[in-house]
Amino acid sequence: MRIKDQWNEQRIFSSRTFAAILIIGVLSLTLLGKLAYLQIIRHDYYLELSQGNRVRQDPIPASRGLILDRRGRVLVDNEPAFQLELIPEQTPDLNDTLQRLAKLKLLDPDDIEPLRRTIRSRRVFDSVPIKLRLSDEEIGRFAVHRYEFQGVELRARQTRHYPYGDLGVHALGYVAAVSEEDLDRIDKPGYAGTTLIGKLGVESAYEQRLHGLNGYQQILVNAQGRSVKFQGAYQPDLQASAPVPGTDLLLAIDLPAQQAAEAALGDRRGSVVAIDPANGDVLALVSHPGFDPTEFSRGLTRAEYADLINNEDKPLLNRALRGTYPSGSTIKPMMALAGLTYNVVDPERREFCNGEFHLPGSTRMFREGKTGKHGEVNLVDAVAKSCDVYFYGLASELGVDRIAPFVAQFGIGSLSGIDISGEKPGLLPTPAWKKQTFKRPEDQIWFPGETVNFGVGQGYLLVTPLQLAHMAAILAERGKSFRPRLVMGVRDAAGRIIRSAPVPSVGPKGISEASWALVLRGMIGAATYGTAAVIGKGARYTLAAKTGTAQVFTVAQNAHYNANIVPERLRDHSWFIAFAPAEAPRIAVSVLVENGGFGVAAAGPIARRVIDAYLLDEAPGVLAPDPNAAAPP
Amino acid sequence: MMVDENRDSAARRTFSATARLLSALKLDGALLVGLGFLAVYALIVQYSASGQSLETILRTLMRIGIGTVAMIALAQSSPNFLRSLAPWLYGIGVVLLLVVDAIGYVGKGAQRWLDVGLIRFQPSEIMKLAVPMLAASFMHERRLPPDWRNLLVLAAIILLPVALVAMQPDLGTAVLIFAAGALVILMAGLQWQVIAGLALAGAGAAVVGWNFLHDYQRQRIRIFLDPQSDPLGSGYHIIQSQIAIGSGGLFGKGWMNGSQAQLNFLPERSTDFIFAVIGEEFGLLGLIVLMLLYLVIVSRAVFLATQASGTFARLLGLSLALTFFVYVFINAGMVSGLVPVVGVPLPLISYGGTSVVTLLAGFGILMGLYSHRKLVNS
Repeated sequence: MRIKDQWNEQRIFSSRTFAAILIIGVLSLTLLGKLAYLQIIRHDYYLELSQGNRVRQDPIPASRGLILDRRGRVLVDNEPAFQLELIPEQTPDLNDTLQRLAKLKLLDPDDIEPLRRTIRSRRVFDSVPIKLRLSDEEIGRFAVHRYEFQGVELRARQTRHYPYGDLGVHALGYVAAVSEEDLDRIDKPGYAGTTLIGKLGVESAYEQRLHGLNGYQQILVNAQGRSVKFQGAYQPDLQASAPVPGTDLLLAIDLPAQQAAEAALGDRRGSVVAIDPANGDVLALVSHPGFDPTEFSRGLTRAEYADLINNEDKPLLNRALRGTYPSGSTIKPMMALAGLTYNVVDPERREFCNGEFHLPGSTRMFREGKTGKHGEVNLVDAVAKSCDVYFYGLASELGVDRIAPFVAQFGIGSLSGIDISGEKPGLLPTPAWKKQTFKRPEDQIWFPGETVNFGVGQGYLLVTPLQLAHMAAILAERGKSFRPRLVMGVRDAAGRIIRSAPVPSVGPKGISEASWALVLRGMIGAATYGTAAVIGKGARYTLAAKTGTAQVFTVAQNAHYNANIVPERLRDHSWFIAFAPAEAPRIAVSVLVENGGFGVAAAGPIARRVIDAYLLDEAPGVLAPDPNAAAPP
Repeated sequence: MMVDENRDSAARRTFSATARLLSALKLDGALLVGLGFLAVYALIVQYSASGQSLETILRTLMRIGIGTVAMIALAQSSPNFLRSLAPWLYGIGVVLLLVVDAIGYVGKGAQRWLDVGLIRFQPSEIMKLAVPMLAASFMHERRLPPDWRNLLVLAAIILLPVALVAMQPDLGTAVLIFAAGALVILMAGLQWQVIAGLALAGAGAAVVGWNFLHDYQRQRIRIFLDPQSDPLGSGYHIIQSQIAIGSGGLFGKGWMNGSQAQLNFLPERSTDFIFAVIGEEFGLLGLIVLMLLYLVIVSRAVFLATQASGTFARLLGLSLALTFFVYVFINAGMVSGLVPVVGVPLPLISYGGTSVVTLLAGFGILMGLYSHRKLVNS
């Protein structure tokens, strides 16, 4: 064995030990630095992360407000239903999960992509509904495969219930799953836990009040996202807040009137709008065909939705607010008022109607409508019998520059301001409008013949059923105008009814009482001996009415319109406006039946049934009638 | 005054009696005190980290008991005996490793355990002691610093078990075994130039070795470089442990009050990641106290090693003392995001495994080396 160099060894040990101690010191300080960085400098950041880790807000959805008719009868309420919900952060593979659900026929394959986008736009720990209102069979099918779908849960939630099915769907609207677009216009945290959002009508317009405020319950969760009562000694302060239920809405809708209107219109395409002229309350609002709102809250598949969209009867179109049609003769009472107000007509002078009208110096013939030759008519008779020749002359004398602003005062060409969205203004044609709209110079000229047509509500003029009901209400109230409203009040949490005051709007001005009285006589005349005599027959109240027929296509100069040979879709639209009782009106109605032909035949009986239903309703409602409302006669 | 004097002398008597007992048992008082404090700390933290499991505490106490017996037993052995034991221990260790690799108990997807009737143990733990013992023993008869030929032998001694353990795969233990062996070489005075050269060569080998790593090991290294890249997968450990430590702040959330630990957000909270539990519940102050305890133990251990006599005793002692620090640093470093997660427990604090026994046995060896020193160099 070699002699070892003790000194050398000692020197090596000393220097290496010293180096080791130095390295230990450096490493310890590095570690300390890292810890100080985590625990002092970034302490707040990590503290917040750890808070977010352990406490989750579990939303408690507020129950959506009910929708009641004017007497407190429930039109829309809530019911429990099972739905599939997905929590993104607990779903390992979102695409795969959705695909497999589609394979089980629990989702429509076409819905996967939009669903995926909706899910991505929500917070990862929010429970997102992916299929609403499962049938018993679907619940069973999911239950069998439940274990294969991590993050997908079957939950009982409140969903919307429409006890009368599609009744008034265009007024009430419907609710459907909160979509990606909806998220842009709502307060996201406020909707955590909310599955359904109003999409149309009252449900949409009053979304905020109906929705209420969601509450929440903080829950302690472990790393698997499971709710735990406590873990070890760790028991934090958990907060909760109770949801505030949505407000119940009291609609102006009168259930019997609405039902009567729906039934009377039946399968025909068209619309009925009834308004209380004294305050603008919309008593009935019908647009046919409608659709079942329950289908929407259940969730439509792409195919079902496409069917609705592509249906040529346009069930999704709210004809009352968005359907625009020529007014036909329903414009005549206004024309008569204009003539009286501008003093271009002597009400007592009798004009001779031979069934034809020619502008001076023109060979163009304006034909009397279906009612033939009226012989000698004064103004009242002309309204009652809807004499076109009389109004051709009247319009021609008034001129478009006086007609247009005058009828505009009755809301023609502008939005009525009803409290649901989607309303269209129709079209009030003027020379200025023509000039603006048409490109070719020869089209920009306003022809005198167009004024003549205006006098009987044909030509470019377009109105909505809501506008005509509004107009009828103004006629009934002799110029007093109220903004139409579907919601007349609310029922608060204590069950008290709080009615809101009617909102007056600007109506026509400068019309003498005598003029109103004459036109009223004309409209009562229509319902007694005129065009609507058959409708007014046997009424227990005085009916004031006006018929109208809107041409869908123009009959050639020398041809005759024959309903029997014209294809159904090209037949005239049938209009009817009315109010009653004439001496103290409580209801003004407009009825449109698309391609219904002559006004009195199709639309008239519907108006009568609606008015009967409303005025003669003796069934006690849940609520007493509004004491401020006009007393029944 | 009389009373005071009496009490004083009584205390002194007790003290000297204890000293005599320790001396008879060849144990080191200062090191024992340090280890004792650490054990108490461990029990306090484990109670919280295990979710208030008394069973955990009892098991740990049992392990400490076994470890203490091993420590006392090994403290009695002289350097010469240990030196003669080294080849046998090493040989048995290698055989057992081969057995484990072949027929070993499959746990956690890795073969590490050997079931011997009543107890299961990890043969790799033996190598933590056997490798530095054999390396130090080899250098004992040779001139320091090691020359090239000796270096090759040492490399073989170290790398054979390291490779066997890494194949299990247990990267953490492999790293510790490697550290224990390498520290012998470093303390034996290997020239700095050679160290630098080997480090470069090692870096090159690492690039090659990357291909031999298991996927999960590669993943751990990748995730270490960017934890956020896989927040719910492999990065989850580091993210959650950093949240735990960071949210603890200066004073911590209080004992059994760490939400990360108590609500299971922190994985392996009572084993490899217990350092984060301390950080969360006792804050930076708790961690500093822990680090100071460790440094006291390491300092005392280094002191004992330098006082030992003979090349073997000093090399082995320094290796054991410094490996202890490597242990601490790797665990604390990986939990706080300073080094990759390699699965090294926090020495004497982490629950489970045979590491408590091995560590205490190592300290027993150290005390024995110290107490068997020749007071006068002959």
